Amino acid sequence: MNGVFDLGGTDGLGPVVTLENEPVFRAEWEKPAFAMFASCFRAGFFGVDAFRHGIEKMDPAEYLLSNYYEHWVHTVEHYGEKAGVIDLDELERRTQHYLANPDEPLADRRDPDLLAFVDAAVTHGADARREADKVPQYKVGDRVTVIADSPHGHTRRARYVRGRTGEITGAHGTYIYPDSAGNGGPEAPEHLYTVRFTGLELWGPQTAEPNTVTYFDVWEPYLTLTP
Amino acid sequence: MTAPTDTPLRTQAEIAARVKALESMLIEKGVMTTEAVDRLVAIYENEVGPQLGAQVVARAWTDPEFKQRLIADATAACAEMGIGGLQGEEMIVLENTDTVHNAIVCTLCSCYPWPVLGLPPNWYKMPAYRARMVREPRTVLAEDFGYVLPDAVEIRVWDSSSELRYWVLPKRPEGTEGLSETELAALVTRDSMIGVAPAGSR
Repeated sequence: MNGVFDLGGTDGLGPVVTLENEPVFRAEWEKPAFAMFASCFRAGFFGVDAFRHGIEKMDPAEYLLSNYYEHWVHTVEHYGEKAGVIDLDELERRTQHYLANPDEPLADRRDPDLLAFVDAAVTHGADARREADKVPQYKVGDRVTVIADSPHGHTRRARYVRGRTGEITGAHGTYIYPDSAGNGGPEAPEHLYTVRFTGLELWGPQTAEPNTVTYFDVWEPYLTLTP
Repeated sequence: MTAPTDTPLRTQAEIAARVKALESMLIEKGVMTTEAVDRLVAIYENEVGPQLGAQVVARAWTDPEFKQRLIADATAACAEMGIGGLQGEEMIVLENTDTVHNAIVCTLCSCYPWPVLGLPPNWYKMPAYRARMVREPRTVLAEDFGYVLPDAVEIRVWDSSSELRYWVLPKRPEGTEGLSETELAALVTRDSMIGVAPAGSR
């Protein structure tokens, strides 16, 4: 989908605001917000592509103005409701309750299997590579152009590379295809490539900074060969 | 009193109450526990952070064969040191030289190599860096990070649009020939492995 989350090349957003000695979690509420990802992934709410798409569907003004981990909370609510686990009216009632009783403790449930899952996930991750018997259509050195269409659902073809031509510098094998998995479809693995674009190609002669290039990873259906 | 997580939309109390309400429902439905929160927080506050990437870099600076393996297959080389896992299932290390400078960004979300750098700083996830780093990297490095690179140095920006996780092997600072691997690791900052600062600064 075309949305404000697709930020590459956007102007008017001001300086990069850094903070010396920033803590990993800047507020207590960021801790459970962060932990919801792994817990809800285990519960089958979403894979990482669908998780991202839930964030992409946020109100665009709110996306830009809210905290990063509020995005995570939003997508957990979205998929929690879809999974039949979160009732949004009940969520609102409880929100008002905790506003009035912020120090009320949470239930102390134990789940050793969840802790084991967390440890295994952190240590081993969740590889997105999938074996498939598809023959790659492109190879390192090919000149390719990113197809300039605008799909409505989840995709990783950022607007600033659409219609742009570059050179394949890496061919990585087959991976979960976000345009399928992120939209509720099967993993449908596709070949993944890295494409090198010059600044000149992306931003034009008036704007491009000298001697700069951008590398961008693309799945095979995004590409067409350019002679 | 202002907090780093203040926004124009909701108060801190409102955000905290909403998150707690959601957490309470997820606990009751058997999805999460407070002990899982504590465990994840302990891991990313105390165990997994840029000190791990710094160890890898220091080893690459002192062991040419390890550096070769790191450039060829970063995931396998890091695994030799017991480093790897979530959001670093496949890592690719980019070597800075006198003529090439690399930096990472995620314009679409916030992809970042957790096993070697920990969780990303807030600025990496916020709109300004994601918007500008691909369009005007020289300006961002010079004006926002005070890192001026001559035009003769090619800047390569890696937009992490897939599940491959890129990170930067910074140049070893001059005058560090006599330092031990441990002393060298102390020079390797998070920002130098993102590519917005040289190693040895700050």
